[in-house]
Amino acid sequence: MHGYANPARFLKFARPATGWFLGLGLLLLLAGVFGGLFITPPDYLQGETVRILYVHVPAAWLGMAGWAGIAAASLAQIVWRHPLAAVAGRAFAPAGATFAAICLATGSIWGRPTWGTWWEWDGRLTSMLILFFLYLGYIALASAERERGGDGRMAALFGLVGAINLPIIHYSVLWWRTLHQGQSISVTGGSSIAPELLWPLPLTLLGFSFLFGAAVLMRMRAELALAKAEARLRRSASE
Amino acid sequence: MNPWPFVIAAYGVTFAGAGGLALWAWLSMRSAEALADSLKRRP
Repeated sequence: MHGYANPARFLKFARPATGWFLGLGLLLLLAGVFGGLFITPPDYLQGETVRILYVHVPAAWLGMAGWAGIAAASLAQIVWRHPLAAVAGRAFAPAGATFAAICLATGSIWGRPTWGTWWEWDGRLTSMLILFFLYLGYIALASAERERGGDGRMAALFGLVGAINLPIIHYSVLWWRTLHQGQSISVTGGSSIAPELLWPLPLTLLGFSFLFGAAVLMRMRAELALAKAEARLRRSASE
Repeated sequence: MNPWPFVIAAYGVTFAGAGGLALWAWLSMRSAEALADSLKRRP
């Protein structure tokens, strides 16, 4: 990680990686969405609405992964004073907020035909909504700090404290058994979903993850370029 | 209840959001890099 502390070295990786991430993401999404919409059979209980799974689950995963990224960047900034950490934190935030919003919207759309309601103050839904509001708070705080020339420490602290919501979201379906279904996919414990229905999910999960990675890299490149432009303007003003 | 309008709406929201994010990130990167390059070339 410290190898990429140098912005020039980071850009050497980020410039080609952006295109690769975008291309791979679009290819995987095309395959996963085609499989999820046209090849997999309808679920015996939910029917065709189960197809929302292939966009809702990746959105939920990336909504949470975005804040995990912010927390890791915040830790790197506070503990190791990594020069790119604040830039990375600010780049994770809009991508994570977008996917958290997509998760809330697709979940609501899925809930109407399945549960008979658009919204319920269920543990999982509410903790995900809180995550979305945390993103908005982080974006506002980090932007304000950057504009005032701060070092981003307040936003980093907020990023670390906000990470407490991640285990709450994860365990909400175990702690408060209300409307949202329990965990049906686990990295270690397999899945309770039939393989005929499950196979497009890794494709859309990876596809959206590459797209998310590309968005983060592009935001970091934009921030670094703006910082370079500001430095050049300051230098030419002082000459 | 016909499920397809819900499926189409969910996919529409997802691709509008993810596509919008990618497009905004790309445009902001391009404009920032172009600005930095133009200032580099300035005497």
